[in-house]
Amino acid sequence: MVDIAFGPQGDKGPGPTNGRDAYLDLVRRRRMYGGILLVLFVALMASGFRLAESRNAGGFIDGLPQVFAFPSEVISEAWAKRAEVPGLIWAHVPSLIETINIAAVSTLAGGLAAMVLALLSTRGLSRWPRLTGVFRRMMDAFRAVPEIVIALVLIYLLGGGPVPAVIAIALHTSGALGKLFSEVAENADLKPVEGLTSVGATWGQKMWLGIIPQVAPNWISYALLRFEINVRASAILGFVGEGGIGHDLKLAMQWGQGRYDEVVAIFLLLFLTIVAIDRLSDRAREKLVRGR
Amino acid sequence: MLQVRNVSRVFGQKAAVDNISFDIDRPAFVGIIGRSGAGKSTFLRMMNRLTDASTGQIMVEGRDILALKGAAARAWQSNCAMIFQQFNLVPRMDVASNVLHGILNRRSTLQTLFNLWPRADILKALEILDRLGIAEQAPKRAEALSGGQQQRVAIARALMQDPRIILADEPIASLDPMNAQIVMDTLKRINVEDGRMVIANLHTLDTARRYCDRVIGMRDGRIVFDGTPEQLSTGVARDIYGADDSFNEAATSTSIPADTAPDRAWAERMLAN
Repeated sequence: MVDIAFGPQGDKGPGPTNGRDAYLDLVRRRRMYGGILLVLFVALMASGFRLAESRNAGGFIDGLPQVFAFPSEVISEAWAKRAEVPGLIWAHVPSLIETINIAAVSTLAGGLAAMVLALLSTRGLSRWPRLTGVFRRMMDAFRAVPEIVIALVLIYLLGGGPVPAVIAIALHTSGALGKLFSEVAENADLKPVEGLTSVGATWGQKMWLGIIPQVAPNWISYALLRFEINVRASAILGFVGEGGIGHDLKLAMQWGQGRYDEVVAIFLLLFLTIVAIDRLSDRAREKLVRGR
Repeated sequence: MLQVRNVSRVFGQKAAVDNISFDIDRPAFVGIIGRSGAGKSTFLRMMNRLTDASTGQIMVEGRDILALKGAAARAWQSNCAMIFQQFNLVPRMDVASNVLHGILNRRSTLQTLFNLWPRADILKALEILDRLGIAEQAPKRAEALSGGQQQRVAIARALMQDPRIILADEPIASLDPMNAQIVMDTLKRINVEDGRMVIANLHTLDTARRYCDRVIGMRDGRIVFDGTPEQLSTGVARDIYGADDSFNEAATSTSIPADTAPDRAWAERMLAN
């Protein structure tokens, strides 16, 4: 290689002029591929839109003004009764606390399950290395089923209330967090684990002392992120009869005109809560990952 | 006390340790030397049951420790401490906790989960740290210590296990000469004062000569030398390392030279300016 590239017979090797042409060629080829992809993308979007439009009951263009009509109706009514909104916000705080409680309990339960699942499905750490695939598929299954599906089934079996919501969200959380936890644990330093193996520690002791301290900041950061997501999930589950703020929102919306001030109050409350949790967990995560 | 019988370890096609046998009848300080890949580490890891042997037996007081499984194997590990080149401590935990990890085998997982250590054991850990001259480091995180101090913490953890045998896998390979001497002196003291057997993989001949009662030389997985440090001549060393006449051990020596004349001359020249 070397003697050809730097040898006297410059016409054979990829000399400086050849290299330039080759590179320009490469650029042209890349641009052509890019252009073809763009044309394909636009064509697919256009044909897809035509199909969607034809299947739509009312038609997209005709329905478009109505999309804005509902919010403007809601907001104008709420504006007219704006004096009552703060009182309504206050009145819905108890159900907001229920929603947050559902999210917190399910994040905690799901997080604990995710810890165990993640360690069991991480290569190099697993208690039973041959079963890592089984635990991975288990997490995939938990993640694949949406909370609302599990919740609907559980409401049918257990009746309404917060317990089915907690179970549904916790199951989904254990699958989602387990995968993230496992990815963090994969990069953990194994030297402490080897040291603990050499003193005759059990698997649980090795994980608790050798792995958990290393991964804790990242795991907690992911768990906080999941808590935010679970607050939203818990509010949505209220619509199918799990109580909490989602239930209030559903009642207010069903009532229709005359209760739109309540709808706006609940939306505001939910929005403020999510912003607050987001800010708090952002700060906590920053401290955890970088501060130490 | 320790009988190694035809022990082999095969990785794929290659035998890392190839049918080695030897006896040790008293708690001696045994050094194993040989170049990288000679099978020294693999042998120590098999003794501690970190790696499984392919064939053979290691008899300790008439019991084949290679045949132990599960809880019995872990009990053996707690009786046979291991010291690593990279210390293998838990970096985010304090020094005293790292020493206490030596008795994990006697503690249940639940007790470990809540970090419950008996007062007597905590005092014993502090006593060991005091003996090794690092008592004042007890509350610090292990990662905050220097390499030499970390290795002494690892030795303290080994002593906490109260083992019959201490295995040391290149204990001084990542330390500077001064710390290397402190660590080797500590191991020798434990060997002489407590009567615990020490088996150490070493990579410098002068360390082997200075500290060991017996030296075993390995090459390509086989034992090619087994004798006293006095028998370890330069010729023998060339055989062990497979080196030619250009081999000069002074060039790789990490000991602190007794002759300090050049240093003094340098110091005087610096002070004169």
